[in-house]
Amino acid sequence: MSIKTYATAIRDVIAEEMRRDERVFIMGEDIETLGGVFGCTRDLYKEFGTERVRNTPISEAGIVGAGVGAACAGMRPIVELMYMDFTFVAMDQLLNQAAKTRYVFGGKARIPLVIRGQQGIGRGNAATHSQSVETIFMHIPGLKVACPSTGADAAGLLRAAIRDDNPVIFFEHKALYPLKFEVPDDPDFIIPFGRADVKREGKDVTIVANLLYVSRALQAAAELEKEGISAEVIDPRTLVPLDIETIVNSVKKTGRLVVVHEAHRTAGWGAEIAAEITERVFPYLDAAPIRLGAKACPLPFNLGLENAATPQVEDIIKASKATLYK
Amino acid sequence: MISKERKRWIYETMNRIRYFELKVQSLFEQDKLRGSVHLYVGEEAVAATLCSLLRDEDYITSTHRGHGHCIAKGARMDKAMAELMGKATGYCKGRSGSMHIADFTKGNLGANAIVGGGIPIATGAALAAKLRGTDQVAVSFFGDGASNQGTFHESLNLAGVWKLPVIYVCENNGFGISVPTWQSTSVGDISVRGTGYNIPGFTVDGNDVYAIYEVAEQAIIRAKAGEGPTLIECKTYRHLGHWTGDPQPYRTREEVEKWKQENDPIRRMRERMLQEGDFTPEELDEIERAAIQEADDAAEFALNSPEPDPATLMEDVFYEGVQ
Repeated sequence: MSIKTYATAIRDVIAEEMRRDERVFIMGEDIETLGGVFGCTRDLYKEFGTERVRNTPISEAGIVGAGVGAACAGMRPIVELMYMDFTFVAMDQLLNQAAKTRYVFGGKARIPLVIRGQQGIGRGNAATHSQSVETIFMHIPGLKVACPSTGADAAGLLRAAIRDDNPVIFFEHKALYPLKFEVPDDPDFIIPFGRADVKREGKDVTIVANLLYVSRALQAAAELEKEGISAEVIDPRTLVPLDIETIVNSVKKTGRLVVVHEAHRTAGWGAEIAAEITERVFPYLDAAPIRLGAKACPLPFNLGLENAATPQVEDIIKASKATLYK
Repeated sequence: MISKERKRWIYETMNRIRYFELKVQSLFEQDKLRGSVHLYVGEEAVAATLCSLLRDEDYITSTHRGHGHCIAKGARMDKAMAELMGKATGYCKGRSGSMHIADFTKGNLGANAIVGGGIPIATGAALAAKLRGTDQVAVSFFGDGASNQGTFHESLNLAGVWKLPVIYVCENNGFGISVPTWQSTSVGDISVRGTGYNIPGFTVDGNDVYAIYEVAEQAIIRAKAGEGPTLIECKTYRHLGHWTGDPQPYRTREEVEKWKQENDPIRRMRERMLQEGDFTPEELDEIERAAIQEADDAAEFALNSPEPDPATLMEDVFYEGVQ
């Protein structure tokens, strides 16, 4: 184990995978000498050169599409987008091309492509630089969606993503980058996709959260504990594939579900989980599942407004108690 | 100079495309084939000439009007026809239909139903070739309409900066569905757009195999020498509507007839080959007959092929194996 920041954990995995497999390369905006705006590719060009660590023009549709093409042609590209909000600029290449190529070509194509970058709140970056957009990619068959909440998860999931022969959209969180975590040193440490992590065991209410909200859910659980309420906190880690079974088993035990995320509440991924749970284990439920998510407004610049737009620890506590009719 | 063998291949390929397309049209009219079908009749010189210069390991990306590229890049007519009918024996198990056929074993990275969608993908395939240090080239076929998409401009810039071995081949048939090119496109010759990206651009008569061959050969030499991309605009004309069933109110019958009578690429190639004296009319007739027979056989094969099993519906959404 080493203590590393979330950003360094990501950087080290990219380096190790590039050493392991010469087909792996990375391209993106400002990733070379600047090392990426968030430092995830710092100094990589010194070891791997500027052919394999490529600065690109600010040209999202072009570079994501080039990633699809390079993957079709046998390489294993990683495309870094500076803000995942910018995936919207490249939507055709992501949703129509990367996602569908394998299927419509009758299973003959493999698209070992990772699109990665950061998203989310915390720095007051305003409407087009603060969104959480993972739900959109969950909706389109053919893409895998990963959302690591710790340094170890970032390392294990990113390694799995790079070695996966499918397109993976990999969502990091800007507020997690500077935080320190224990990260395994094993260069083959992998967290397989589709395995949720029970971050804390409990028996009264199940709280499902991802990315930044895992730590907020854990804070809420610690507060609830003081009031004698035992909350189980689950991080699905990958939305596609989704480990619904772990959540099902938890809800069978607790009878209550709160899903909290930073993505907009309206038609957010929490709605999918709440619906799945309601369909699958309705008889076990002691209360209606509750969804918490960002309000249906663009994310505002002002930090006070940003907080008001997104769920806070108190909201998670309140929702958890509501499922217990407290 | 085009070698005799290559001339034969190009002429054969043009005929194979022509009779495949006419067969598709006939099957469509008999309601034996459905969906969105965009025929390539009249534009055969472009795909046949370009692909005569490519090997299986060279890549292409194609368009919604992709049957010609597919056949020119080595596809079998029977499996292609079966795919157009959505049959299990088709290239893509009946999932692609006309607009998404691909055959990776022949370097065909796919037709693309999104206008301009394939241009960055060919660019990426060329990047792969450059990173691996092979002498593979990628050719992206697209229409005049796609040259107004952002992907065209982004890709030309990227390939220009990175000197990628890619050839952008614009098939300018004069219309984006019903809109004449002059109404949608700010330049008279799309090839001048290369200038903005420091890429050589050429406009050629897209119905003249020899004219296309000359610039295509140079573009491939440039690509393999690491000198970067080339933009080639082939001015051509589609004999049929944008799609099968297009009422074509945007052009006159006389205009279409004039192109068919005076500027058919296959007829022009035939006349040139006879003029040059290395083929007899009988040899060329035989090539044509063989293409007609192949198209007939392909239709039979497709009509007699089974429908895909619905049990296979969820296969291949993801690759499930390990690397």
